[in-house]
Amino acid sequence: MTSRPNGEPLVRLSGVNKWFGDLHVLQDIDLSIDRGEVVVVIGPSGSGKSTLCRTINRLEGVDKGEITIDGERLPEEGKALARLRADVGMVFQSFNLFAHKTILENVTLGPVKVRRKARADAERRARELLDRVGISAQADKYPAQLSGGQQQRVAIARALAMDPKVMLFDEPTSALDPEMINEVLEVMTSLARDGMTMVVVTHEMGFARRAANRVVFMDGGRVVETATPEDFFTRPESERAKDFLSKILNH
Amino acid sequence: MQFLIDNFPLLRSAFLTTLSLAVASGLFALVLGTILAGMRVSPAPTLRGLATFYVEVFRNTPLTVVFFFLFFGIVEIDLQFPSRFIAAVAALGLYTAAFVAEALRSGINAVPTGQAEAARAIGLDFGQSLRTVVLPQAFRTVVPPLGNVWIALAKNTSIAAGFAVTDLTAALQRLANVNADQILMVFFAIVLGYLVITLPSAWAFRAIETRVAIVR
Repeated sequence: MTSRPNGEPLVRLSGVNKWFGDLHVLQDIDLSIDRGEVVVVIGPSGSGKSTLCRTINRLEGVDKGEITIDGERLPEEGKALARLRADVGMVFQSFNLFAHKTILENVTLGPVKVRRKARADAERRARELLDRVGISAQADKYPAQLSGGQQQRVAIARALAMDPKVMLFDEPTSALDPEMINEVLEVMTSLARDGMTMVVVTHEMGFARRAANRVVFMDGGRVVETATPEDFFTRPESERAKDFLSKILNH
Repeated sequence: MQFLIDNFPLLRSAFLTTLSLAVASGLFALVLGTILAGMRVSPAPTLRGLATFYVEVFRNTPLTVVFFFLFFGIVEIDLQFPSRFIAAVAALGLYTAAFVAEALRSGINAVPTGQAEAARAIGLDFGQSLRTVVLPQAFRTVVPPLGNVWIALAKNTSIAAGFAVTDLTAALQRLANVNADQILMVFFAIVLGYLVITLPSAWAFRAIETRVAIVR
């Protein structure tokens, strides 16, 4: 999977700024993510963490600054951008499985249309991935026939089918019923353990403690603090992080 | 009854003309309308502008005027269609494409944005995500409005009668002139001809609608 020397970060954001109208949602973001690293982004809602996640595969463009993936600058639009997106897996809060396609077709679509894999090969690999996330029995059903937790695990399999260099998770458990959160987090934890490079926007502090190499705390469009999970949860430096943690950890 | 039997050859050929006008211009409008709808949602401003211009021009021009233009207007610039039938198909198709495009665009807008985002996120380009993810879902939600467009088109073919195409309405005029005593019978025969096209289409569209419905 690696094509460059290990010194180079896999994802690098430098001086990234973005405005929604007058709202300065991302302010001078500098962030490097190494190969195999799991970075958890946390922060209050409206802090810009989802937007940050979405700029990495350019679902949101940036107004200033630069983002590189594997040393390559994010292209503006068109075929080059599509090719780069194929290497960046994305898991959405609302799953976004293709509603008119079966579970198996959801997972094979990218490999067949983008990677030009033979259908039989793509299906074999898709079944392996569905088995890995525990959904193999549902391969011929449609997304709406599955529970939220199952749909989200399919969405992870769909992203993995592209053999991505990095996986982005944009609040992957926020739309789930509480009893389904763990089944998704378990899949993510095992991915992290297998060495996948991951950027995870989440409110799941347990996952951050268990799986993250680094916690990035955002507030008001800025990266306020970056620390190991151990340091961040036991001795946060900034006042805003202390305030945030006291609000979410005390119940 | 004798009247129907006596005029059967004319009625049959008029019916077939109306049917083929509707089918040919319907297919043309479906293809052109789909391309226009794709252009209207594309990221390229030029394509969006062109498609919007087209839709506004043809949606707001009376069909008879479109016919006039294609039959007589283009002669001014030394153009002519090989046959009146083809000119009629062009007029009906160009006009109806604007309505197909608008119906489809509303269907595209009804597809949740997350679907297109997920398609782009796995590396599909704009055209691929439109073709494989967005349009298939859009078509399903626009079956009822497309059914309306088709039925309107089937009836709009009657304008061709005014331009010397012998369709059902032209047959009505001709038969009514020579059979003034049987005028109700003439009307009955012609209306029956249109109903034979439109009623089964309505049933077919309803059947398609239930078959392709997607659960969300």
